[in-house]
Amino acid sequence: MATLDDAPLAKPYRPPVVAPGHTPATVTDKISSVVLQRTPKWWYPAFGISFLLLMILLMAMTKLFLTGIGIWGVNQPIGWGFAIINFVWWIGIGHAGTLISAILLLLRQEWRTSINRFAEAMTLFAVACAGLYPVLHLGRPWLAYWLLPYPNTMGLWPQFRSPLIWDVFAVSTYATVSFLFWYTGLVPDLATLRDRAKHKLAKILYGIPAMGWRGSAKHWHNYEVAYLLLAGLSTPLVLSVHTVVSFDFTIGIIPGWHATIFPPYFVAGAIYAGFAMVLTLTLPLRAAFGLQDFITQRHLQNMGKVMLATGLIVVYGYAMEFFFAWYGGNHYERFAFLNRATGPYRWFWASLLLCNFLVPQLLWIRKVRSSPFGLFFVSMFINVGMWLERFVIVVTSLHRDFVPSSWGMYRGTIWDWATFIGTIGLFLSLLFLFVRLLPLISIFEMRTLVPDAKGSSTEMPR
Amino acid sequence: MDSDHGVKGKCGVEASRRPEAGAPLDLEELRERLRRKRGPELWRSLEELAGTPEFADMLHREFPRQASEWPEGVSRRNFLQLASASLALAGLTGCTKQPIEKIVPYVRKPEQLIPGKPLFFATALTHGGYATGVLAESHMGRPTKIEGNPDHPASLGATDVFAQAAVLTLYDPARSQAITHGGRTTTWSAFTTELGEQLRAQEALGGTGIRLLTGTVTSPTLAEQIQQLRTRFPRMAWHRWEPAGERQSFVASLRAFGRPVETRYDFTKADVVLAIDSDVLTRSAGSTRYQRDFASRRYVRSNQPRANQPQQPVSRVYCVESLPTNTSTVADHRLQLAPADVEAFVLALAQGLGVAGGAPQTLPQKAVEWLKAVTADLQAAPGRSLVVGDEYLSPAMQVLLHGINQRLGAVGSTVLYSEPVEVDPVDHLVSLTGLVQDMNAGRVEILVMLGVNPVYTAPADLGFAAALAKVPLRIHHGLYEDETSERCHWHIPAAHELESWGDARAFDGTVSIIQPLIEPLFEGKSVHELLALLAKQPGVTGYDIVRQHWQPLLGGDFEAAWHKALHDGLLPDTQAAPAGVAVAGGAVQQAAAEVAGSVARTRAQQDQVRLCFRPDPTIWDGRHATNVWLQELPKPITKLVWDNAVIIGPVTAAKLELAHEEPVEVTWKDRKLRAAVWVQPGVAPGVASLSLGYGRTRKGDGDQDEEKTGQGFNAYALRTSDALWTAPGVTIRGLGGRYVFACTQNHHAIESGIQSISPQGEISEDSEVRKASEEAERRHILRVGTLREMRADPDFIEKEGEEPPAEMTMYPRYEYKGHAWGMAIDLNVCTGCSSCVVACQAENNIPVVGKEQVLRGREMHWLRIDRYFYGDFEEPAIHNQPVPCMQCENAPCEVVCPVAATSHSDEGLNDMVYNRCVGTRYCSNNCPYKVRRFNFLRFSERESPLYRMLYNPDVTVRMRGVMEKCTYCVQRIEQAKIESKVESQPIPPNRLQTACQQACPTQAIAFGDINDGEWDVTRWKADKLNYAMLEELNTRPRTTYLAKVRNTHPAIDAIEAIEQRGAAERTDDGHS
Repeated sequence: MATLDDAPLAKPYRPPVVAPGHTPATVTDKISSVVLQRTPKWWYPAFGISFLLLMILLMAMTKLFLTGIGIWGVNQPIGWGFAIINFVWWIGIGHAGTLISAILLLLRQEWRTSINRFAEAMTLFAVACAGLYPVLHLGRPWLAYWLLPYPNTMGLWPQFRSPLIWDVFAVSTYATVSFLFWYTGLVPDLATLRDRAKHKLAKILYGIPAMGWRGSAKHWHNYEVAYLLLAGLSTPLVLSVHTVVSFDFTIGIIPGWHATIFPPYFVAGAIYAGFAMVLTLTLPLRAAFGLQDFITQRHLQNMGKVMLATGLIVVYGYAMEFFFAWYGGNHYERFAFLNRATGPYRWFWASLLLCNFLVPQLLWIRKVRSSPFGLFFVSMFINVGMWLERFVIVVTSLHRDFVPSSWGMYRGTIWDWATFIGTIGLFLSLLFLFVRLLPLISIFEMRTLVPDAKGSSTEMPR
Repeated sequence: MDSDHGVKGKCGVEASRRPEAGAPLDLEELRERLRRKRGPELWRSLEELAGTPEFADMLHREFPRQASEWPEGVSRRNFLQLASASLALAGLTGCTKQPIEKIVPYVRKPEQLIPGKPLFFATALTHGGYATGVLAESHMGRPTKIEGNPDHPASLGATDVFAQAAVLTLYDPARSQAITHGGRTTTWSAFTTELGEQLRAQEALGGTGIRLLTGTVTSPTLAEQIQQLRTRFPRMAWHRWEPAGERQSFVASLRAFGRPVETRYDFTKADVVLAIDSDVLTRSAGSTRYQRDFASRRYVRSNQPRANQPQQPVSRVYCVESLPTNTSTVADHRLQLAPADVEAFVLALAQGLGVAGGAPQTLPQKAVEWLKAVTADLQAAPGRSLVVGDEYLSPAMQVLLHGINQRLGAVGSTVLYSEPVEVDPVDHLVSLTGLVQDMNAGRVEILVMLGVNPVYTAPADLGFAAALAKVPLRIHHGLYEDETSERCHWHIPAAHELESWGDARAFDGTVSIIQPLIEPLFEGKSVHELLALLAKQPGVTGYDIVRQHWQPLLGGDFEAAWHKALHDGLLPDTQAAPAGVAVAGGAVQQAAAEVAGSVARTRAQQDQVRLCFRPDPTIWDGRHATNVWLQELPKPITKLVWDNAVIIGPVTAAKLELAHEEPVEVTWKDRKLRAAVWVQPGVAPGVASLSLGYGRTRKGDGDQDEEKTGQGFNAYALRTSDALWTAPGVTIRGLGGRYVFACTQNHHAIESGIQSISPQGEISEDSEVRKASEEAERRHILRVGTLREMRADPDFIEKEGEEPPAEMTMYPRYEYKGHAWGMAIDLNVCTGCSSCVVACQAENNIPVVGKEQVLRGREMHWLRIDRYFYGDFEEPAIHNQPVPCMQCENAPCEVVCPVAATSHSDEGLNDMVYNRCVGTRYCSNNCPYKVRRFNFLRFSERESPLYRMLYNPDVTVRMRGVMEKCTYCVQRIEQAKIESKVESQPIPPNRLQTACQQACPTQAIAFGDINDGEWDVTRWKADKLNYAMLEELNTRPRTTYLAKVRNTHPAIDAIEAIEQRGAAERTDDGHS
């Protein structure tokens, strides 16, 4: 992976992380203006549509709570459908944020700076969407709190052997740490906004979460320690969350679920999906806000490379699943994978390969990697492909398992789609609020990347 | 039920009955109706109670009719006067004095009644006139469950599906709930008054104009009453029409013996059975008993006999058939032949045995070899062999079978002839035709129809409905307002058999007294009470009528004998007398010639299909059309629910270029019916079947929701009097499109890309049905072997699977010190009759979900019967496998539940704690046997309040969002444990039975404490045939199976082996 280290060897030309000609002041002006200037015209329809979609979610949830999950397509034997597919999909998307923020930070990948804030926010929103599903998909959602270990008159703990309980811990921890990490990183920028805001109300509203940040050396010191600690904390989470999510399947005995390769390949898949989603969202926003100077060719190329690498890991996972189904000699496994490729859901599987394997190979080409259009094209395929992957895992494994009399078919209903589209609405609504109200690129970190800043008194907070 | 009155009226469904505009609201009638409402649905609300069109009309208007009828030119002054008066009067309602109603506890408790403890009453339920002795379970006065009466010869403790579902009919909200005249609610006294007048007029004429129409009658009391009626009206006539009655058997018996004779079989003595297109095990009057007898010779498990019977050699059963039957699922060999070939086969058999002459028949090569083997086998066991057909064979074929059985020496041993059980047996078709002629000729003044629905069920060519319109007074008595009652002046609601006194005879003639368990819910009248009215004995109760009949007959100490008869549920020594009859030789020759003619005719019409009408396996002739348990009970073999279908084989489908589920037009002579086809493996070429009872236009009151009452196609519209069971040449024309059938097993044939019937009539490899069967065989889910294999290697079944060592688990092994409950199911004798499924539903308050939800794969049955096709898929052997919860010791469901809602008891039960369940459905996903059922919607809450009376109070009713599954009837286990504690005695072995086990006619299920060697289940599990489904998963199921072992004939075995190898090669090619 590319680094910024000045190595003695002659390197191919790499585009800079910040476009030339910027000073710390212009960086601040440019980024904070996104928030402080008048709302751009396009924002209203964009947010409006997202909000309408969010209303669909409310409607779908109301219907769901009143009627029961029978409005969805789940049945016997396919007890899990869209809800779990979407849960895993959203959680996967939520991985890019932490990876970019924490792991790349620890690996001193400076190019991460211009996308980390945005990616972290996206993580939070994706986790919020994901977090809805496990509750919605319960037969009796009003009893969801029974999954928490709390002292109660029934004298009962949750059942700790169940991966669903592990999920509760994994996801809630992830959500909490991600939020703290994102918020901590925001504090200096909130102070900047507080200082630059003209409106009284804005000053107050930015001032409160800025927690009295004045940029003193002590503040910077504390900040750096906290940020580094949180980065250290989140790093294992990147691996653990999707590992635990994959346990939902691997602990089950259903052929197609019960596989040891799931944790690594789920994590790789999550990063893959996360980067695809970051690109999907960044590319239009970058154009809309004119941030080409901060999100440069360099970022696009690097993200393309990460996608290519993780995508190949995922494809390796697919290959290994089939290999072990054959090599293991277990009839049920063999049947499950044969059924995956040749059964009634074979088109889903074929589309999955197209989206996750064939199309991303375009990223080998530098031209594609550095073209916003090419990247957008590929990342949309990956978004769909990762959704299909979860569909294939959840549905095709369940629909024909051990006892052939109980085989069945699954199809999402209009309410399944409404819920899914509704969470997209929730995600986009939060996102548009975020880009309008908070700096979507870390101002103070960007300032350190301006060539002038190198070696100056403000060190990169490491 | 209640609200539907309003809805119906509003929608204008009954627009014809809506009163003329301006007719005043009949408050009198309303009060009357209100007075008649009683029972559990008391005080819902006035509107609901008064389900009259007037009321609906009133609801429809913004103001009551009276209020809106302003006189012309209302002045402001008038308006204000009225308005102030209304205001003043409105206040007055507050002054109404509430009526004083006292509630009183039991001062003296009724004898025997202990709250919370059920009582069992011996009674009988009839089906098609024939009785089955049952024990009805009553909880605090509510009948909740039917069990078989172990002392009754037609039951021996088991039941069929109809008896199990009878309690649901009792509480069916669609039952008619009031006497109606011209569709308007009226009173019994109004009826008696009018009828009295009419009858007096008839008296002078000797009753020439009076006609009775009933189904098959076996009731001695009813017979006597009709006799009495004849003394009052000597010229009255009594007609019979039982739509699914045994009319062809009757004709055959006349032809063979010259008089009506009842044919019974004794399967216990039969070493060799040849069944010809026979569903005698599940579709005849004695089928529950036959199944028991049949099974008694089919137990291969070593540790039988039960109860000191000497172990008899296992019988050998051959089935030759064109339509798959339950009988063939337990046969050793099944030969699938086109209808003409079946007839030719029987004729050739008769010729081979020297019973009949005539030209030799040409048969397919396989059938020829079969015939050789079967003939030899039958002849080798003289007096211990049996050739059995059933009602649906043509009379000529049945005569041939009588002749064959006589030649085989079966008569008196395996075949028993007795005097008829039916009172005054007649040819029902002739009887009904006579009635229609009389009606058309205007000779019928009063027609009383008792428990029949001839407008719907009469042969289409008779024109019954048109003839009926010519009768001046038409009275219908029945449980439901139906197609017939719509065209009658009077409809009298009938009392259910659980509500009324009566008597009836079983298939062998044994008499049972029917006693009521509950007062009629809707003031229904029993048939006896109605006849008493005709005989000018108004006000006599059913109780008195039945007692008066038996008083002189029981003699001696009548009270003691009566009491005993009620207690035992039968009158001893009342079997029908044996009939010493012999087949007339000429009759057989004539029959042989007729069959030969039929064969030739059928073979000449290659392009036509023989359409067979059959009573539906679950809703019979349509009488159970509103019984939702039976509607949602998967029909054996097809596994269809809520519908009937034109069932054809793949070859026929290919030939006629029909797709699975394609709508078709069936033409028989000049009659047409639009229906849809269901392509079923196991159906021979050139034959189609369509079951009766569907496509009804009026199925009773209340819930007329199509989804809830089933749709289907009216077979009666094609069924003419010359083709009661078989329409020899129909044309079936595809209409394109798709009719959606709901099926509970491998329904997704189309979606999975089957369709795929090749031009040769082969069902494609992709077909889910086919793949499922092949996989089941490969996975050793349902294990089948032969006796020869077993003798060569007793462990051969065990060797099919691979049980992992017990220590292969992370968790410490639990020692079950007390009871350890387990179950074993003997696949060898499971006929797939499905009694167990309904019994489970009744016992465990299992909701019904409707066709649409079944289509989504959400049926709730805790116990299902899986069906697989083994061997050559074009001519498969069909197998059944009942699947309840396996109660795994290493249960995969338990580990994954996040809230511990399913956990293990110290007796090895995999308990489901409904209260704790949050509904993640992970347990169901992780269940390899897929036996868990989830309440996706409010399945239980949606049900009618009447159905709530039916609930077993010992079983929780589950709410939406909760998982449920088979509990091994844990409530019964707890009951037994409490009793044993009270009595300080251990639970006596084999005393405790699960609901499915108790209902099973073939005793295919054993349940009990596997820690105790005294229980049958422990012995079964020790058998070499015992295996666990998917044992390699190390789930350690407590439910295990005894493999199916076929007692094959070596010669036929060889033919089949060759075929199977061919099939296997084909399959392997497909997969390699």
